[in-house]
Amino acid sequence: MTPVWRYGRPVLVLLLAGLAVGVPLWLVAVTSAKPQAEAIKPNLDLPGRWQPGSNYADAVSQGEMLRGFLNSLLVVVPSVILVLLLGAGAAWVFARRKSKLVSAAYALCISGLLLPPAVITIVMELRQLGLSNTRPGMIAVYTGMYLSTSIFFMTGFIRAIPMELEEAARIDGAAPWRIFARIVLPLLRPVIATATIMVMLYAWSDIFYAFFVLGGGDRATLPLNLYQVASAQLYLNNWHLVFAYVVVMSLPMVAVFLVGQRKIVSGITSGAVK
Amino acid sequence: MTHTVVRAHKAARVTGPPKKPGRLPRAAVHHPWWFALPAIVVFAGFFLVPNLLNFYYPFTNWSSYHPDIAFTGLDNFRTIADDGSLLRAIRTTLLYALLAAFFQNGFGLVLALLLEDDTRFNRFFRAVFFLPVLISALATGYVFQALLDQDGAVNSVLGTDFPWLGSTSWTLVVVTLIHGWKWMGLSMLIYLAGLKGIPGDMLEAARMDGAGPWRTFWSVRWPMLAPAVTFNVTTALIGSMNTFDIVQATTGGGPAASTEVFNIYMFRVFGQGLYAQASAMSLVLFLVVVAVAIPLVVGLRRREQLL
Repeated sequence: MTPVWRYGRPVLVLLLAGLAVGVPLWLVAVTSAKPQAEAIKPNLDLPGRWQPGSNYADAVSQGEMLRGFLNSLLVVVPSVILVLLLGAGAAWVFARRKSKLVSAAYALCISGLLLPPAVITIVMELRQLGLSNTRPGMIAVYTGMYLSTSIFFMTGFIRAIPMELEEAARIDGAAPWRIFARIVLPLLRPVIATATIMVMLYAWSDIFYAFFVLGGGDRATLPLNLYQVASAQLYLNNWHLVFAYVVVMSLPMVAVFLVGQRKIVSGITSGAVK
Repeated sequence: MTHTVVRAHKAARVTGPPKKPGRLPRAAVHHPWWFALPAIVVFAGFFLVPNLLNFYYPFTNWSSYHPDIAFTGLDNFRTIADDGSLLRAIRTTLLYALLAAFFQNGFGLVLALLLEDDTRFNRFFRAVFFLPVLISALATGYVFQALLDQDGAVNSVLGTDFPWLGSTSWTLVVVTLIHGWKWMGLSMLIYLAGLKGIPGDMLEAARMDGAGPWRTFWSVRWPMLAPAVTFNVTTALIGSMNTFDIVQATTGGGPAASTEVFNIYMFRVFGQGLYAQASAMSLVLFLVVVAVAIPLVVGLRRREQLL
């Protein structure tokens, strides 16, 4: 390696990180601590008067943040659990059984990897089922949307697990559901970690489908509330509140990532490159 | 050798315990199909059925203005074709997807090559470049609106008065750059995994043959990255055809509908109560995605075989 590159590379990395990630994050951080008058025209200056406390308090109260947080949890957590459990059950059958019918069912079930969800007719269907503007409706839509991803990754993973592990338990007389719960699910731990973070990432920040299914109202999730806060600025910019909201809303995802970083990274990468 | 051993092993097991008389194969007994049933029901009910309904409702007058729904043939398609929104949405979305996939993969690959060695410094900065993936796309859009507004931070730093988000000709490019920025961390991780999978002796051999870093990249590493490229390009292209949040938060489809991709159009028209018209656009999106995805996946897979 040439010496220029040896020292040039870290410098280049620092420069890129500072410009591409540092500047936007800095803007969010300083603006969320400014009074409204200073934040109307967003810039990179430090606040002339620091008032992070009142901004964050305003964002929490005006943006209905606690309710939004609870609403987000109440749709995202059940969706993630369903995607993982239903996905694992299906992946187990798809990975272990070989027949034309099973392969056809598998192909159909992973078609959601590429096909777009038909959001308009989803609304139609939910209305007829009496599920529009309800959490169960939203959970069903998210589960349907992300099942393909989890089935795809889990089927690939189970195929790589030797059959002998299951057979040993079977000789001891274990029933299928017991083998599934005691052997297959625990072995799936790495994929489950990845699938959890991916589904959480998409569902936690989703606004498009939430708009159609939940709408505004008192079941609105965090991103829907953020949209309300930001749309209220047609008359007067309220960047200070928007960015206080962005910080609070992003923290859970950043925390989840920091806790599970190693597993997430290895999971994402091992599933993708096969 | 190994083959015969496996055979012998299997044969021994089959003859071991006497098989019960039954019609089902062993795999079916041990992996009953009802384990797959809940997933199939939910997926069919809330993904496939809406997509099937999407082949019917575009041909009706379903809207908030009619109490009942009647078949109207191609009326909705005629409407969106005549007012120009159909062609514009197709063109804008395809251009958006191409540019977004290009930027996302370009940034991701450059970052992966820069941060390839497994040092503590590099691991830290991989996490830094992954941060935008964790921030919601809507929030990303607002951050960049504050940066690129005519009254925004970038113009105030540069002392310019540039309408970054106000041009009908190249604001689309700016928005796709933002899209690439948001997702580059994910592509980076996948390219890093691809780079790690290249056998060390292969790179060693290239060096022994006198190949420089440039030559090594194009002749050894780039071809070996083919599976990662397939995955990244496919997910980026298909994913960005479904884009909504970033566009809504930065331009809202403007100026003059120059960034109005499919989902923005559907959102707007649905809000006006013209459900069947939105559904027609949704069907066109479905067909465009299928038309792009199938040749893309087949082509990239074939490329993997050739390289």
